[in-house]
Amino acid sequence: MPEPPAFASQYVSIPHRDHTAELGMWVFIATEALLFGGLILAYFVYRHLFPHAFAEGSRHTDILIGTINTAVLLTSSFLVAWAVEIFSPATTRIVAWLLVGASCLGLAFIALKGIEYSREYDEHLVPGIDFQFGGSLANGVQLFFIFYFVATAIHAVHMLIGIGLLLTLATISRSSPTTRHHTALHSAALYWHFVDVVWIFLFALIYLPGRASS
Amino acid sequence: MSETNYLTTDYTLKSWFLTTDHKRVAILYFASLIFFFFIGGAAATAIRIELATPQADFVSSDTYNRLFTMHGIIMVWFFLIPSIPNTLGNFVVPLMIGARDLAFPRLNLMSWYIFMLGGCITLFAIFAGGIDTGWTFYTPFSTLYSNSYVIVAAAGVFIAGFSSILTGLNFIVTIHRLRAPGLTWYRLPLFLWSLYATSVILVLATPVLAITLLLMATERFFGVGIFDPRIGGDPLLFQHLFWFYSHPAVYIMILPGMGVINELVSCFSRKPVFGYKFVAWASLAIAAVGFLVWGHHMFVSGQSLIASLVFSFMSFMVAVPSAIKVFNWTATLHKGSLRFDAPMLYALGFIGLFTTGGLTGLFLACLAFDVHATDTYFVVAHFHYIMVGGMVTAYFGGLHYWWPKITGRLYSEYWARTAAVLIFFGFNLTFFPQFILGAEGMPRRYHVYPPEFQVWNVLSSGGAVILAVAYLMPLFYLGYSAFFGARSPANPWNAPGLEWQTSSPPPEENFTTQPVVTREPYQYNEAFEAEPQNA
Repeated sequence: MPEPPAFASQYVSIPHRDHTAELGMWVFIATEALLFGGLILAYFVYRHLFPHAFAEGSRHTDILIGTINTAVLLTSSFLVAWAVEIFSPATTRIVAWLLVGASCLGLAFIALKGIEYSREYDEHLVPGIDFQFGGSLANGVQLFFIFYFVATAIHAVHMLIGIGLLLTLATISRSSPTTRHHTALHSAALYWHFVDVVWIFLFALIYLPGRASS
Repeated sequence: MSETNYLTTDYTLKSWFLTTDHKRVAILYFASLIFFFFIGGAAATAIRIELATPQADFVSSDTYNRLFTMHGIIMVWFFLIPSIPNTLGNFVVPLMIGARDLAFPRLNLMSWYIFMLGGCITLFAIFAGGIDTGWTFYTPFSTLYSNSYVIVAAAGVFIAGFSSILTGLNFIVTIHRLRAPGLTWYRLPLFLWSLYATSVILVLATPVLAITLLLMATERFFGVGIFDPRIGGDPLLFQHLFWFYSHPAVYIMILPGMGVINELVSCFSRKPVFGYKFVAWASLAIAAVGFLVWGHHMFVSGQSLIASLVFSFMSFMVAVPSAIKVFNWTATLHKGSLRFDAPMLYALGFIGLFTTGGLTGLFLACLAFDVHATDTYFVVAHFHYIMVGGMVTAYFGGLHYWWPKITGRLYSEYWARTAAVLIFFGFNLTFFPQFILGAEGMPRRYHVYPPEFQVWNVLSSGGAVILAVAYLMPLFYLGYSAFFGARSPANPWNAPGLEWQTSSPPPEENFTTQPVVTREPYQYNEAFEAEPQNA
């Protein structure tokens, strides 16, 4: 692969630079895991306190859109992994298209999420705006929907950042595919996979409780 | 001294504000931290003035609440947490491991900009009207009742948290990947072991604070009940999440200080650190156990008795690695050829003050005593002994130790020693009376108190004046030294660390040739002393 003549002076070699960058990404993902970890912990505390209300709230989510979105994200992760695997000067065109494809799936996810949000708004399920839910479970259901909105909104922000990353890499890796871009692509892919993994957890926590019974 | 160094390569403002040189970024942090230190200190001074008399004759109760909140927020997030890692750490980490820069220099500069953004937002909140929740943002007061700039201040802290995370990440990766050939983990200076442990806490704890503040801001903004018990929320959950960060944050503050003390004690007693491996692993042990003790902040909050017992036990456990460090410093001092230069005076002061703070921490880890002492001045005195007596003293010690390396200039030993002694004296006079006040039952965060407490409060306020003067002194003699001080040799202390093997101040890329490490750490012995030192 063609290489720029020099690398920053704190590195001793190109592999050294690339492995260093990759370690940085893993440490960053550790922080992200703790960010969502705190949120998921809080979710579990309230689910433990209000098991019936959380099951009831869960039944008001749109499992069809949730499931489609899970499939959409997993497919996008597959495309990104594929792009990382085949990255070489000969495959820049395919790599760029794979990344654009993954970004489109990401945008589709956001769009579907938007539809879901607007339906919940119509059903008065948005806490703090015009939450209306009768019965003895109302408080617990509201807590469920707070977590639903906070968690999915933070996840969506991560998705948007990821889409920006993938599109940037689709552009620059076409112009000069060095190992530096391969490392950058690999790091972006790690991030993208992480965001997808978070969604798998959120999907199980948000859409599935209460679905098997009743 | 004619060759260029990192200070003289370029003089333009742009070369400072767009620098990726870790040494210049350290200077940027240093300047910002002085600014925040004196803002926080001004608030502390106002608090002590108010408390000199039992009546409310200086500020109103509302202003008083805003003052101690401002003092807490600024000092914790904008001075204590970034102080040693981001200034001294930023400067010496690459030098100590023989690297030319941190692993991610641009990320390092970005951390500073994020830090300043967070700082400016917080300052805006403070000067636009202030915030009265205390630095802990306890709900439901912060979300329901407080009529102040809670969300803005929380946003500032939230943003500054990213700066912490990025700095921690940079240090972890740098220490893992950029060590010079031959610099094995067990040859690493102990300051770096402690910074490594600190970075692990920064990376793992700060995101939890971020999500906690985000949930709190959501609750306040939308009026939903995450922490509001009236609609099923749980204010205790906020405290759990908050202290999951904020207790380890105490170790973010003190661990780098302990690391500095290793360097100082070893250098000024001309001996290797006693029990190197134990001190190194003690840092990681403190970091690890520090994650399991947050509940000792909640003994009287209504958590279950079992939880309190477990947290009490774990809190006692932290004393073990901490004591390893203190005993090993004293063992290092034993039969050393001691030199009482200014950094050593700070180091000795640190050992005394930190030990006092640590031992009173054991009082507070004890459930029965804590119930008596909760929210009294005993607690205030305890954590000031750790954070100010410990951390700030270590910071000053490290600053004096590395000052010749940073600026290439020597400072006045006379004034430096005077300041060190005055800080020790002023500090004890300020905070020791607070132990007595606390034991007698004076609660914290009140601006009026029964007249019988006045004697101790006057002593404390008098000490605060001495302390304030002592903290201002380095501003003058170090400031003078930076421009007019005598030129320093490369290695004024005859220390063996890699950072002393390059010129003072170092060239832009730290080392002209890649250093190779062949010696064990802290080899202060006759063979080393006999080696010619490049001046």
